[in-house]
Amino acid sequence: MSVGIVVFPGSNCDRDVAWALQGVLGLPTRFLWHEEDSVEGLDAVVLPGGFSYGDYLRCGAIARFAPILEAVRRFAEGGGPVLGICNGFQVLTEMGLLPGALTRNRALHFLCEPAPLEVNPGPCRWLRAYTAGESIVLPIAHGEGRYQADAATLRSLEERGCVVLRYRDNPNGSVGDVAGLCNPEGNVLGLMPHPERACDALLGGVDGRRMLAAALG
Amino acid sequence: MPLFQARVLVSLRPSVLDPAGEATRAAAGRLGIEGVGRLRIGKAVEIEIEAPDAECARQRLEQLSDRLLANPVIEDWSLELHQAAGSQGA
Repeated sequence: MSVGIVVFPGSNCDRDVAWALQGVLGLPTRFLWHEEDSVEGLDAVVLPGGFSYGDYLRCGAIARFAPILEAVRRFAEGGGPVLGICNGFQVLTEMGLLPGALTRNRALHFLCEPAPLEVNPGPCRWLRAYTAGESIVLPIAHGEGRYQADAATLRSLEERGCVVLRYRDNPNGSVGDVAGLCNPEGNVLGLMPHPERACDALLGGVDGRRMLAAALG
Repeated sequence: MPLFQARVLVSLRPSVLDPAGEATRAAAGRLGIEGVGRLRIGKAVEIEIEAPDAECARQRLEQLSDRLLANPVIEDWSLELHQAAGSQGA
């Protein structure tokens, strides 16, 4: 049992995720370099935050063509658990595993602050340990986190219970207050907040712990 | 093989908020430039491509624009294409 953590040139939260999964939660992890082409032997995959390939062109746009992501796509389509955090969420939308896009924050500022969120786990296997309507706080750290989708897409996501994390005090202008989305099957979750930064009380909170613990749960 | 020069203009769809454009519009006002009603920021991508003919170049560039240069969820694109001066053939 092991969790893969994808490392792109420019990823900068990969070690934080490993620290949270392995150091705090005791789950075995393995780094996956972007040029690898297999996720064999892994039980879950995390796409961490950062600036993959410098985020040139658009956030996540170049990463989409990394060899490892073809393997991640097959893994996700076969029901494998995939978690995309921040830049990882942007990559998931560019890959088309989740709908919509992440765009420049409404007020242009890079936001680095605790974000109060409402959880509605719906079908999401990563959020099974949370209750519907539960309030949590996770840190955000992004310049391009404003979720954008047309009205029909958003409505369809809401009807299927895929809008699993919402900002209580929408900091970036996301439509529908979307902070995180899962696919209808529930195995793929993308979110802008950083659960790996909320796994140890010393860092100000542990609300992200149950999410990461679900990797092998 | 003829050489073609292209420019792909990528713009945010009208329905998508452009906070950088809004900030720039506000700065235009502070500079004293009057009458700027709408200002949207996009990208211009300049490309040189070799292809047997213009139609083939256009097809490749359309695919490139659709699949990489623009994200159709939030962006539109347009293409300008011409054969490079002095380029031979077709």
